[in-house]
Amino acid sequence: MSEMLRIRDLTKRFGALTAVDNISLAVDRGEVLGFLGPNGAGKSTTMKMVTGFLTPTSGTAEVCGFDVTRDPIEVKRRVGYLPEGAPLYEDMTPLSFLSFVGEVRGIAGADRAGAIERAAGLINIGEVMHQPIGTLSKGYKRRVGLAQAIIHDPEVLILDEPTDGLDPNQKHEVRGLISKMAEDKAIVISTHLLEEVEAVCTRATIISRGRIVTDGTPEALLARSRYRNAVNVRTAVAQIEAVTAALAGIEAVDRVETASRGEATAHLVAVPANGAVILPIVSETLRAGGLGVEEISAERGRLDEVFRALTVGE
Amino acid sequence: MRATAAICKRELIAYFTTPLAYVFIVIFLALTGAVTFYFGAFFDRGQADLQVFFSFHPWLYLFLIPAVGMRLWAEERKTGTIELLMTLPVSTTHAVLGKFLASWIFAAIALALTFPIWITVNYLGGPDNGVIVAGYIASFLMAGAFLSIGCFVSALTRNQVIAFVIAAAVCFVFMMSGLELVLAAFKGWAPEFAVDLIASLSFLTHFEGIIRGVVDIRDVIYLVSAMVIFLFANRLVIDLKRGD
Repeated sequence: MSEMLRIRDLTKRFGALTAVDNISLAVDRGEVLGFLGPNGAGKSTTMKMVTGFLTPTSGTAEVCGFDVTRDPIEVKRRVGYLPEGAPLYEDMTPLSFLSFVGEVRGIAGADRAGAIERAAGLINIGEVMHQPIGTLSKGYKRRVGLAQAIIHDPEVLILDEPTDGLDPNQKHEVRGLISKMAEDKAIVISTHLLEEVEAVCTRATIISRGRIVTDGTPEALLARSRYRNAVNVRTAVAQIEAVTAALAGIEAVDRVETASRGEATAHLVAVPANGAVILPIVSETLRAGGLGVEEISAERGRLDEVFRALTVGE
Repeated sequence: MRATAAICKRELIAYFTTPLAYVFIVIFLALTGAVTFYFGAFFDRGQADLQVFFSFHPWLYLFLIPAVGMRLWAEERKTGTIELLMTLPVSTTHAVLGKFLASWIFAAIALALTFPIWITVNYLGGPDNGVIVAGYIASFLMAGAFLSIGCFVSALTRNQVIAFVIAAAVCFVFMMSGLELVLAAFKGWAPEFAVDLIASLSFLTHFEGIIRGVVDIRDVIYLVSAMVIFLFANRLVIDLKRGD
């Protein structure tokens, strides 16, 4: 594993407001780091400093050994960046826009056509290359922004909400693309879509009010959930009391919640104490008690609940 | 340099993909023609020169040039593309130069399209073409100085209308500082060197020096240094006000 991006004690203040407060982290080649946090937590500000757009109040970021406060141009050469909202020159066509970015990035004439074709092919924007960007749909605009970020095959890719505004199919496509590119790059994506973290990230960092509150694999985050290994049981309404009593009687079960109650069936959740594995004992207990259920399944944990617990009411 | 050229090319094409370029060129040509023949009484003067033609240029530039410069940075700020541009491997200086050069080349194109009047005056009489070349140089430098002000002011705001109005006002002050109108306000009380200093800051004084056919290097240096100073200020503003 080689380290491609290192953020050291990065801080940004806007007047009295501390937007980013002493953040440090490192990203290796092959990693996809999910940068999570509520709106205004400092995700975008951090990315703007790493890419050399904003000057840090203190601290710095290094990309492939180059310090962004000392060698901003060298850092910018090695980074592909999709800014928040994917701003684009709307009067240009994707072809002329990508050609412009390639030219500024110093990709020589003959290689440039190849680089544009490769990026456009990967992102799948071939059919709109000659339409003004201003007339494209939101999904296409986002993809043109992505194509611009990867045109020089950068070592570090920083994407601020890359799937925002895409439909589910396009989201799936972009996530597949990110996973594919991850092999030889270090990728940082910011998102507030928790499903995205599970889908593409090898690591997740949650920040709140400018500080890192947790950093680990999505699995490790899930393990912190109160619902880790909880068992969902769907059963007939008539049996609710019996099933609830049976589940509550199990020693490893902390409590039983009624998640929903329909006309015919109800959804109960048996929450274990300390995330213990309770599926075998739950199913055995129910079978022994002669209580029929329609569905029984274990949960891995709930990321949204972990996210809320970490970012609300600190 | 490569990045400067790429940015310059992009901006220049951007002028011609919007109606702005055509509107500007048509209005500029129509107005130069109208003022030269109507107010300047080009034919009645009976002189084979372009003195009157050039003497109206600063007044036309006063409101036309800020319209050329207002878009350059204000639009980048408004649409957020400034973040895209400034995270490409290009220094602020190169980006500032690229944009300025694009607008200056555009002004040069508009100026070059006034060539029929040069042909006309040569057809009607035997003008001193050296003086006319000096006039074109003066007009080109004047446009550059006004554009550098336009670029600088455009970098201060995200609103193009504000950029236009302020740039026009700043250009006006620099132009008028040599005229009696402004100087009279100082003559009563300010020491003589101060009055001279204010008078020497006038674009108009330096411009009129050159169009008479005397390409004084000091006038050229004055107009070029005005460009350098405002472009430097432009760079500072971009570096200091990135995120706004």
